[in-house]
Amino acid sequence: MGFFDRLKSGLSRSREAINEIFYMGGEVDEDFWEDLEDTLVMGDMGGELAMRVTDDLREQAARENLTRADQLRDALAKRLAQEFRTADRDPFEDVPSCVLFVGINGAGKTTTVGKLAGRARGEGKSCLIGGADTFRAAAIEQLEVWGTRAGVDVITRERGADPASVCYDVVEEAEKRGSQLVLIDTAGRLHTSSDLMRELAKVVNVTRKRCTSMPVTVVLVIDATTGQNGLAQAKEFNDALDLDGLIVTKLDGTAKGGIALAISDQLGLPIYRIGVGESIDDLETFDALDFCRALVGEGK
Amino acid sequence: MFNSLSERLQDTFDKLRGKGKLTEADINVAMREIRMALLEADVNFRVVKDFVASCKEKCLTAEVLDSLTPAQNVVRIVLDQLTELLGTTESKLVLAQNRTPNVIMLVGLQGSGKTTAAAKLAYLLKGQGHSPLLAACDTHRPAAADQLATLGTEIGVSVYRGDGKDAVKVASESIHEAVNHLNDIVIVDTAGRLQIDEEMMQEAVAIKQAVKPDQILMVVDAMTGQDIVNVVQTFAERVDFDGVIMSKLDGDARGGGALSVRAVTGKPIKFVSMGEKPDSLEVFHPDRMAKRILGMGDVYGIIEQAQKVADQEQIDAAERMLREGFTMDDLLNQMQQIRKMGGLAKIISALPGGERAMAQQGGIDESSLSRIEAMIHSMTKEERARPKIINGQRRKRIAAGSGRSVQEVNQLLKQWGEMNKMMSKMRAATQGGSKKQRRQMQSMMRNMGMGGGMPGGMGGRGWGM
Repeated sequence: MGFFDRLKSGLSRSREAINEIFYMGGEVDEDFWEDLEDTLVMGDMGGELAMRVTDDLREQAARENLTRADQLRDALAKRLAQEFRTADRDPFEDVPSCVLFVGINGAGKTTTVGKLAGRARGEGKSCLIGGADTFRAAAIEQLEVWGTRAGVDVITRERGADPASVCYDVVEEAEKRGSQLVLIDTAGRLHTSSDLMRELAKVVNVTRKRCTSMPVTVVLVIDATTGQNGLAQAKEFNDALDLDGLIVTKLDGTAKGGIALAISDQLGLPIYRIGVGESIDDLETFDALDFCRALVGEGK
Repeated sequence: MFNSLSERLQDTFDKLRGKGKLTEADINVAMREIRMALLEADVNFRVVKDFVASCKEKCLTAEVLDSLTPAQNVVRIVLDQLTELLGTTESKLVLAQNRTPNVIMLVGLQGSGKTTAAAKLAYLLKGQGHSPLLAACDTHRPAAADQLATLGTEIGVSVYRGDGKDAVKVASESIHEAVNHLNDIVIVDTAGRLQIDEEMMQEAVAIKQAVKPDQILMVVDAMTGQDIVNVVQTFAERVDFDGVIMSKLDGDARGGGALSVRAVTGKPIKFVSMGEKPDSLEVFHPDRMAKRILGMGDVYGIIEQAQKVADQEQIDAAERMLREGFTMDDLLNQMQQIRKMGGLAKIISALPGGERAMAQQGGIDESSLSRIEAMIHSMTKEERARPKIINGQRRKRIAAGSGRSVQEVNQLLKQWGEMNKMMSKMRAATQGGSKKQRRQMQSMMRNMGMGGGMPGGMGGRGWGM
């Protein structure tokens, strides 16, 4: 199954919902627009953005005389794709590179680090994992399992150690070894706990300061099932840490990833990767148009 | 970012003021606001539609339309409806009386917080005099059993890990383990699974058949969006569950999913999980949840939080303050407590109408707190204990040390003086004193509250919470 199919099957639920609308005869009436707005809302896009997108499409339909469902679908996919910013640089390809993963609890940071390490190793890059989640029980063990699977060394300290000092160690070790890709996992935290956010800001600052030999990228990992709170999360993390981009995980369920669109629209952050499955290869490069086409149910 | 529903409705009705009587069209406008508020809170859009329709019907009565305060009436109706939908009574954990051990099984998506919830539940039950055993049946996620084992050690509950390979086998063995070790409750932590992952759903069903749990609780992340309906529906059909634990409610997610879960499956929310600590599992209160979903300020939550951060030491300190007066260290302490509760802005926004007041003031400047902290940190121990000894020279030094101006130091000392005065009056009032004095004190206490106005977070007499 190719990437596009996988993504499509992951997004099938929202696609079916949108298809329902598009197949409702050729007639495009007031109900059509209302239903379209609801469907976009159901994709976790947020009420405001959904309304704006629908209004835009409506205007465009009138202007360009689009009356057929497939025309509208194509226009909608392109319209949605515009909301995404493209990344100037891929921090996982353009090496040497140091990437810090941040996010709330359970977003999938550790798993993402594990998968990316395995991928980099497979491509012949020298990779190093930093375990700066010294808070959660067994987070280090979990990372070490991933490290062993991927054949990548994990640099960390005992539970309860200062995460900033772990980052310092990791960067030092990476420079000594000449590692090409450094992936640092941090402890999950809610964006509302100000003490923990300050701690994370320190971790990021120490890493940015210490790491002079390669660019440091700070990536927010966000769960595709997240609702409107995802926007608040992204804003807080961005304010505290000056994020570089996003990774959206768990797109393989019936989740829609509409929140990614809302975040990208509001904060202008590029999406580096999306997780569309369980295995190592299921972390894919993000393509806005493909994503949106799959979302509105358009064939290849 | 989110305006509370009551404010939005107030704004809507403000525009309609002078119309005398509300029409159905006016109610429609209000209903649109309600719809948006619920959607922002991640309530599923189908649930929103039904809910808004039923609310509209109730609002279209003469009682509401003719009333002088339609906004309040509409809010009350919405709130009552929402509370009722969320469950009018607190639902508790039901355990079978005639079976030992009782078995509680936890299910849910990846990353929803099952393992943490399992440990919290064990801690809660242990506190109630039970002897729980945790069964580590998440054999998929690396080191999940290690996590449970670590948490188990922390809370003093034993964990059964088995061979760590076959989840069903570990689950059934854990029952024997519980019998052998006289545990009366087994909490089965399972692997996170997607509802469309057939293989994993079958595993959950197999575990269920093997251990025949008395209660199956589904752990649901409060931040989940619209997709929650698909998730809970499938889980309800395949494994079926008795109740829900909402996790991660310590964030600022409005948790509209709670309403969707109730509306779609009819299952009650039994617990809410509010943080990292093992004691942060709380009984679900529908009324509080309703207010939270509508963004209406959680006064109880703030009070509880204040109680949590105020430990015995601080109670002793308060008594000492009454006895010996108020020192700069006390002031510092109070400000750090405000920090612990998430800062002034958070506290004020949790009060009804607080967000509106804050918007009018142009927001709260949290940095004034840090400036005061810096000045106090620049004082010597003696100066902090007896601020009266701070003369001109010392003020100059403190100003230089903290990078602030002498005027600011003066202002701080003046505020301290006022607070100290108040403290000594309070002392007089507590040690007997006339009726008049007591009345004076009552009005003073009122002034200490939020009413005093806190431009830029400072300037008032308002640190005392």
